Amino acid sequence: MTEQQFNLDTVEHAADTPDTELPWAELGLKENEFDDVKKILGRRPTAAELAMYSVMWSEHCSYKSSKVHLKQFGQKVTEEMGKDLMVGIGENAGVTDIGDGWAVTFKIESHNHPSYVEPYQGAATGVGGIVRDIISMGARPVAVMDPLRFGAIDHPDTARVVHGVVAGVGGYGNSLGLPNVGGEVEFDPCYQANPLVNALAVGVMRHEDIRLANASGVGNQVILFGARTGGDGIGGASVLASESFDDSKPSKRPAVQVGDPFAEKVLIECCLELFKGSVVEGIQDLGAAGISCATSELASNGEGGMHVDLTQVLLRDPTLTPGEILMSESQERMMAVVSPANMESFERIMEKWDVEYSVLGEVNDSRRLTIEWDGEIIVDVDPRTVAHEGPTYQRPYERPEWQDAVQADRFPGSEADAARPAGTDLRGAVLELMASPNLCSKGWVTDQYDRYVQGNTALAQPDDAGVVRVDEQTGLGVALSTDANPRYAYLDPYEGARASLAEAYRNVATSGARPVAVSDCLNFGSPEDPAIMWQFAEAVRGLADGCMELGVPVTGGNVSLYNQTGGQAINPTPVVAMMGVLDDVGRRTPSGWEADQDGQAIYLLGETAEELDGSEWARLRGHLGGLPPKVDLAAERQLGDMLVNMSRDGMIDSAHDVAQGGLAASLSEACLRFGVGARIGLGEVAERDGVDTFAMLFSESQARAVVAVPRSEEVRFKDMCTARNFPYARIGVVDAENGALDVQGEFSLDLTELREAHEGTLRRHFG
Amino acid sequence: MADSSVTLETPLIADLGQEAADSRLARVRVGVVAFPGTLDERDAARAVRLAGGTPVPLWYKDSDLQDVDAVVVPGGFSYGDYLRAGAIAAKAPMMTAVARAAQSRGTSGSSPLPVLGICNGFQVLTETHLLPGSMIKNDHLKFLCRDQRLAVESTATPWTAAFEPGEEIVVPLKNQDGQYVADEGTLAELEAEGRVVFRYAGGNPNGSRNGIAGVANARGNVVGLMPHPEHAVEPGFGPSSSGSGPVAMRSGTDGLRIFSSLLHQLVSA
Repeated sequence: MTEQQFNLDTVEHAADTPDTELPWAELGLKENEFDDVKKILGRRPTAAELAMYSVMWSEHCSYKSSKVHLKQFGQKVTEEMGKDLMVGIGENAGVTDIGDGWAVTFKIESHNHPSYVEPYQGAATGVGGIVRDIISMGARPVAVMDPLRFGAIDHPDTARVVHGVVAGVGGYGNSLGLPNVGGEVEFDPCYQANPLVNALAVGVMRHEDIRLANASGVGNQVILFGARTGGDGIGGASVLASESFDDSKPSKRPAVQVGDPFAEKVLIECCLELFKGSVVEGIQDLGAAGISCATSELASNGEGGMHVDLTQVLLRDPTLTPGEILMSESQERMMAVVSPANMESFERIMEKWDVEYSVLGEVNDSRRLTIEWDGEIIVDVDPRTVAHEGPTYQRPYERPEWQDAVQADRFPGSEADAARPAGTDLRGAVLELMASPNLCSKGWVTDQYDRYVQGNTALAQPDDAGVVRVDEQTGLGVALSTDANPRYAYLDPYEGARASLAEAYRNVATSGARPVAVSDCLNFGSPEDPAIMWQFAEAVRGLADGCMELGVPVTGGNVSLYNQTGGQAINPTPVVAMMGVLDDVGRRTPSGWEADQDGQAIYLLGETAEELDGSEWARLRGHLGGLPPKVDLAAERQLGDMLVNMSRDGMIDSAHDVAQGGLAASLSEACLRFGVGARIGLGEVAERDGVDTFAMLFSESQARAVVAVPRSEEVRFKDMCTARNFPYARIGVVDAENGALDVQGEFSLDLTELREAHEGTLRRHFG
Repeated sequence: MADSSVTLETPLIADLGQEAADSRLARVRVGVVAFPGTLDERDAARAVRLAGGTPVPLWYKDSDLQDVDAVVVPGGFSYGDYLRAGAIAAKAPMMTAVARAAQSRGTSGSSPLPVLGICNGFQVLTETHLLPGSMIKNDHLKFLCRDQRLAVESTATPWTAAFEPGEEIVVPLKNQDGQYVADEGTLAELEAEGRVVFRYAGGNPNGSRNGIAGVANARGNVVGLMPHPEHAVEPGFGPSSSGSGPVAMRSGTDGLRIFSSLLHQLVSA
């Protein structure tokens, strides 16, 4: 028996003491929310109930500010979008049919605030959390990806965060045996005190293995298994993720969880064995809000009720109060619902994997979630009011008055554009671009991740998408890319979000895969600021409209608000994760040309306008203003379709998308990919599009890609472009001898020099 | 009892039941040990299968070697690398059985069991004292994943008999604790006896003494190697280079020859 250091606040006691002061504000509840809780219960909540409501009604868990907007993802849908969707938004992760009886589940989530407070553990547990979401669907996780955003590369605090986050992502993911196949790294002062650590995981399963977490079947046992419950992460969701940082408050370090990847690796194998033997009715992962969330969601998703004895929870710290146990975010825990008939099998599997477990209670038909402590009832609630019927806010939003001034401040003609390079000066400009923090090689980061484990990685960074084989017999596999362009989104959140979507779509198609599903991670500032809320509303509207135009559904995702410090919000950062399918990953398209492609023709697909606002070149010159590049999703769709067909039919041997850094970055990267040069002539295409060579190289016009076409395929290639009325231009040839990116009549850049500039930047800053 | 029925969970992805081309090779049974936290067991099993042999999953709690002709101790983070990498796994019943067989029995009953420890498996073998030396944290203190050139320095082991002495190969390297260390006497002995089986080429990636990537025991049947030959066995999914000249993207398969070498040694023995 536990030595009690607190007075137990039972339901009965709460009813008798209506005027007891409760720390609802400290737990992150607003006054109106606390009043709602009292109204729902018809009395004041007990301390344990207050703990549950406060975490489950937090922004992080309840989406109370965002859900009025997010519902567009469910409304703006077409028949085409639902065709392959097996499980949609609302479950732990969406599930997509990829054919041959295989299903794929993937999801992206944020772990931003913890990663600033405690970079290593914050990032590590971010990976751990998203992987548990995948496991709870019945899938074997097969890969991870991490879009990361940090402050200015030369700020004194950035190295602390970068080292911790990268080591944390690697330390956890590598130990789980999950290849890390891509992601992004961005440096921008707006993330200085609000780094973004987003984590994606993807899992695969057979159709018949899909599992949904719910508690049904009266008499079924509710079991907590995995790591013991400790005091880490208490209030993580409510306090950390749902408030802005403020220097005046005490350190929030205790609210960050501590990860144990070994325990999670064992949990993965253990859960897969439970699913395979049909030993469990359902499994719910414990993430934000811990047992509060798992019990209320399981009960809410089921048709009955649930009773739980909290004293049965195995503890690391015996002094925890019931409220703390309910809120603890200790990692590597799962909750299973098991029928009495399967208990023996369940126990045998736990024993095999040396996993601790305890039966907490059982499913009943009360439609209530009741929780007892030492025989006294401390929680008696309708689980739906906790899990699904939390507050919903129609937060005011309004286009800020400064938006007009921002959009009027175009880059062309600005002071920053005063000395636009031309001729041989373009050489230095390309070098500068390719060495810049945002276009330099991210090898320093990705070399700290295992991309080989499982033996199914067909493409990984620095290619446009990560490609993983699912079926070893047929070669069926999936491609994934995550993208965001927060600078565009700052200039125009609607168009910027659509540009992120377009880029992710293009990256997947560039690798040869047919894009089929989206998961998104929406990182924004405080929803209590109408200007930020406007950015959010516009971005969601842009994504929902865009998905409909592209015909790909949003299958799930996550919202991270309050990413601001001292009133300074991050640039709106809607990260889009796109998943695509390849019938045979052996046909995936690399992003650069290899030596045996010597003499192949290099074509630019798409048209270039002078679109330099929000570009990487403008960033290099310290400028952010104007209007982002125009997004034409019909063109993107056509380009994507062509890239997939050309890859499948052997018309192209390499393809690279044109995005941040424009054609200059694409050509440089395509040359550096395998260290093979190219001779390029831009005169004709620049004349066709009516832009100068500088704009040709640095403009970030959308719906473009660079491809290498075997000589024997040029006719077929051009026929396809012509038939589809898609602009194309032959801009050069692969040259395996010259060892340079040679832009004729302008400059020649030795690949060794280019590589040194490209690869030296992160090493120089972070060692 | 659970343990007797335990197999490595039927792989969702690999098909280990596929018929091998050469029936003599297919009769060679290669055990692949898994501990809690092992990660590369499916890859090692695939490598054995692609080389033509038959992989046999071995569970750490068992001590029955199931008549295998050789054993691979694959990579990963057994027991989360807690205490010391490989230290807890070394105490498992299966490792006691492997150690005993490595020091005595074999297919014919006379030659000792060939054992290959890869990465964490190498660490397990040093902790089992089948191999000398130990691994500490990389000198640059980071996890490093890259395609690694290696020189095959000894062909006097069943795992390397198919190579030319001094031949270069490329296989992926991926670890955080890969710096091989041993006392001066041991290093001198390893060098003098030709027991340095693999040495890093084109630069030492982690500060290993004498650039050592892999060593053998005195009898040559037990080999430990830090980089991962099982990740260089299949075109399309391996490193993008090889010791024998340029290959297409991700199509280096030098690692496969280590497994082939073993199978051919065993059928010709």
